[in-house]
Amino acid sequence: MTKYVLNINGAAQTVDVVPDTPLLWVLRDTLELVGTKFGCGAGHCGACTVHLNGVPTRSCMTPVSTVGRKQVTTIEGLDARGTHPLQRAWQELDVPQCGYCQAGQIMTAAALLQENPNPTDEEIEGALAGNLCRCATYLRIRAGVRRAAELAKEERSA
Amino acid sequence: MTTTRHPASPGRRDFLRKSVFGGGALVLGYFAGGAGHAVAQIAKPATLADGAGFKPSAFIHIGSDGIVTLVSKQPEIGQGIKTSLPMVIAEELEVSWKDVAIVQGDLDPAYGSQSAGGSRSTPTNYTEFQRLGATARTMLIAAAASNWGVPVAECHAADSAVHHRPTGRKLGYGALAATAATLPVPDAKDVVLKDPKDYKLLGKRIGGVDNPAVVTGKPLFGIDVKLPGMLYAVYEKSPAFGGKVVSANLDAIKALPGVRDAFVIEGGSDLRGLLPGVAIVAESTWAAYSARRQLKVSWDEGQVATESWSGYAARAAELAKLPGAAVLRKDGDPVGALAAAAKTVEAAYSYPFISHASIEPQNATAWFHDDIVELWAPTQNPATGQNLVSSTLGIPKEKITLHITRSGGGFGRRLSADYIVEAAAIAQRVKAPVKLTWSREDDLRHDHFRAGGFHFLRGGVDAKGKLVAWHNHFVTFANSVVRDGKASLQTGSGGSLGGDEFPGRWVENCLLEQTPIECGVPMGPWRAPGSNVFAWVFHSFIDELAHAAGRDPLDFRLELLGERDVVPGTGERGVPYNVSRMKGVLREVARRADWGRKKLARGQGQGIAFHFSHLGYVAQVADVSVSKDGVLKVDRVVVAVDIGARIVNPSGADNQVQGSVIDALGALMYQELDIERGRIVQSNFHDYPMIRIGDAPPRIDVHYLETDYPVTGLGEPAFPPLAPAVCNAIFAATGHRVRQLPLSRTDLRWS
Ligand code: FES
Ligand code: FES
Repeated sequence: MTKYVLNINGAAQTVDVVPDTPLLWVLRDTLELVGTKFGCGAGHCGACTVHLNGVPTRSCMTPVSTVGRKQVTTIEGLDARGTHPLQRAWQELDVPQCGYCQAGQIMTAAALLQENPNPTDEEIEGALAGNLCRCATYLRIRAGVRRAAELAKEERSA
Repeated sequence: MTTTRHPASPGRRDFLRKSVFGGGALVLGYFAGGAGHAVAQIAKPATLADGAGFKPSAFIHIGSDGIVTLVSKQPEIGQGIKTSLPMVIAEELEVSWKDVAIVQGDLDPAYGSQSAGGSRSTPTNYTEFQRLGATARTMLIAAAASNWGVPVAECHAADSAVHHRPTGRKLGYGALAATAATLPVPDAKDVVLKDPKDYKLLGKRIGGVDNPAVVTGKPLFGIDVKLPGMLYAVYEKSPAFGGKVVSANLDAIKALPGVRDAFVIEGGSDLRGLLPGVAIVAESTWAAYSARRQLKVSWDEGQVATESWSGYAARAAELAKLPGAAVLRKDGDPVGALAAAAKTVEAAYSYPFISHASIEPQNATAWFHDDIVELWAPTQNPATGQNLVSSTLGIPKEKITLHITRSGGGFGRRLSADYIVEAAAIAQRVKAPVKLTWSREDDLRHDHFRAGGFHFLRGGVDAKGKLVAWHNHFVTFANSVVRDGKASLQTGSGGSLGGDEFPGRWVENCLLEQTPIECGVPMGPWRAPGSNVFAWVFHSFIDELAHAAGRDPLDFRLELLGERDVVPGTGERGVPYNVSRMKGVLREVARRADWGRKKLARGQGQGIAFHFSHLGYVAQVADVSVSKDGVLKVDRVVVAVDIGARIVNPSGADNQVQGSVIDALGALMYQELDIERGRIVQSNFHDYPMIRIGDAPPRIDVHYLETDYPVTGLGEPAFPPLAPAVCNAIFAATGHRVRQLPLSRTDLRWS
C-alpha cells in the first residue's frame, strides 16, 4: 500500500492503496464517489470517464500512481450546485433511461463544450463515439449536448 | 361527451386499509403498515435506517407537512416505471407532481407482483393505481367536508388541496391527513374516477424522477451499495458452461494482499441457478480482481466442451432435411398447396446467440446478520431472487429481505437471479456484508443468452399474387432439465414458436414444425423474447413472397391481414389478435412515411414490417441508404404504435420506442457470440461491439394511435419490427436479401 495525495474535485484527499489500483476503484471503493461507473474495465465503454486537468480520461485505465498532482474532476464535482448546462439540459430533455452511462456521457460532453462551445452533430458524435449507452438514448444525448450549448451561451451573455 | 366511470369493485375486501402514524398521516395501500421510508435508502441496511427493522408497505403516504410519498413497487431498469405508475396515482389523487416524493419499495408480498418483465407492469397495475388514487382523494374530500361542516358535493380536490366552491375556502392535503386517516374507506361505488378530459398529468411529458440524482452521480444502482465493514467478492465459474471445480490454488490466493478468504462453492447443475465456482473475498474490488488474475482452477468441463456454434449449424442443416420433431400447427394441405402454387420461394434464415450486455455488470450485496439475510440487488424480478436463495441455501423466505436497487439496464437479464444467489452463497461463509461484482467478461460469458436459431421456410403465392402456402421448420435450442428424477428438453426462453405466431392463423395452408438441438448453453429472456427474432424472419420472408408475386409489400400485407376484426387465439392460452388495430398502425405508418410515394435513387430504399407482441401493435417503415461499397445508413425510422387508450408519459414512451429501435438496429448490425468448446469466444466490448451514437438514425418519428383499449406497456413491442423493416429496405435499395444475423455476415455492395 502506498499513500497518495490526490486532488479530487478541488480538495486534497489522502488515500492508502496499491499503486496499480485504477483511479476508478479508488473513487468508488475508497472515496465513495460512486457517480463514476464501472462498465467494462478495459477502456471500451466510457462509463468511467472523469477529467484529468480537464481532459476526459478513462479512470478504469488510469493507475492511481500516475495521477500525481493532476486535478481530478468527477461527475460529483462537475458543478458545485449540480446545475452545469449539461446537467440542466439532461433533465429538461429527460435524456436518461437507466442512467448508468450518463455520468460518462456528461463528463465527455463537458470536455467537448469546453473546447468547442458550438459543436456540430458530427463533432458531437465524434466526441461521444467512445461512450456506450446500452439503453440507446443517443438521439437525446445529441439533442442534450446541443441544448446545453445553447444554455451555456445564454449564461455567458446574461 | 361526458362519461362517469365507476371503478370496478375491489377483488379483495382488504385492498385498502389505513392507519395513523407519524403525528397524523393518511396511508393507503393493500396493507398499510408504517412510516414512509427514507428516500435515500440505497446504502443503508433496513435495520440502521429505521431502528426497528420496520418496512414501508403502503403505496401512498401523506404527511402533515403536505408531502405526498408514493411507493414504486416495480423495479426501475430504465423503462421509466418509477415515474409513470406513480403518475397514475397522482392524477386521480389530484396532487401536484411537485409535492410528490417517490420511494422504491422493497420486495414485499403486500405489494403484489413486483416483476418488471414482459411489458406487464403498466397493464397489470394501471386500473388498481387509478382506484387507489381516487379512493384517497375521496377520503380527503370527505375529511374537508366534515371539517367545514358542508356537504361533500360542494367540495372538490385540485392541486394537493380540497376546495369549497361556495365560499372559496381551501385546505391542503397536509392539514387534512390526520382527519382523513380516521375516516372509513368508502365503498368502491362511491369512488368516481376522473373523466380523462380533466387529466392534468397523464399524457404530459414528465422527466424521470431520478434524473436529478443520475446527472449528479448520486448512489442509486446495485453496484453503488456500500455497507459498514463491507467486503468485495469475485466469483470465477468454469469457462465451459456448468463445469465443476476439480482443484484451485486457494492457499496461494489467500496469501495475496487484501484477500480475506477464498473458497470453492460446490453449486449445482441448474444452468440458471448457483453454478460451481471459486469465490475470492477481499478488502476492495481491485484486491479481489487482482487476486483473481493469479487464480488457477482446474475444471471438469463435462460434455458441453464438445459443443460449438459450427457444430450446431451443421446439425441444423441435417435436421432441416427431416420432418420436425413437433408439429405446432397444420392447416389445410401445405404440401399440395406449395406444389400447386404459381410461385414458390425457399429460404433459410439464422441468427446467433447474443448477450444482454446491460451496462451495469451483474452484482449483488448480501449480509447475514441477526438470523436473517439481507440482500440488495439490481433485479427485474426480486421474488425470483428470494426464491432461489431460499431453495438453494435452505433459508426460509421470511428470513430473506431483498432491497430493490435501480438497475443499469435489464433487457430481461435481471429476471434471472444467479448473481443474487452467488452473492448470498459467498456471504453465508463470511461474517460481513459482501458485494459481488461481476467483470464485463463474466457478464458476457455467463449470461443467460438469447438463443440462436435456424428457420427453414417455404412459401407459395397463387396466380393472383396471394399468399396461399407457408411452411416453416424451426430448429431451436433446448437444455436438458431434470425434474422429479426425469430428464426432459426445455427450449430456451423465446426459443419456442407458438402455433399462433403470425402468419399462422392467416394462411390457409400452413405447416409449422419445430426441432430442438440439445445444448449446454444457459438461455434466458432477452427483450421481447421470441418476437425479437421471429418478426425479422417472418416479415423478411413475407417480403420475399411479396416481391416474388410482384406485389407492393404494403398491399400484400394488408391483403394477408384480411377483413376479420379480431382473430381468436388457438386453445386456452391463445391470445386474440386484433386485425383492425394492426391495420390501423400499418396504414398510419405508411401515410406518415410517404410509403410508395417517394422517388428513390438506386442504393436507397424503404422497408415495412409490423408485429404484435406484449399486447402492443406496432408497425415501422425504415428509410435506408446503402453505399456502393456496402455501408448501411438508416436515414429515418417511422413508428406507429397502438398500446391503447393513453400514453401515460409521452417522454418516457418516446424514450422506450427510440431506445427499442436503436437497440434493435444494434442487434441487427453487430451482436453475435461465437461458441467453441462449450464456451463463449468473445470477452468484452472490443470483440462484442454494441451500437454507438454514430449509427443511431438521425430521425425516429413516433406516432401513437390512442384507441379505445386498455393501456398496455411499451418496454418491448417497438423492438421486433425494426430489423425486418430495415432488411426489407436494404432489399429495396440493393437487391440483397439479408438472411443471416448480424448484418456483417451479408455483403451489401452493389454496382
Ligand atoms: S469502465 Fe472504463 S471504459 Fe468501460
Ligand atoms: S441510459 Fe442506460 S446505458 Fe445509457
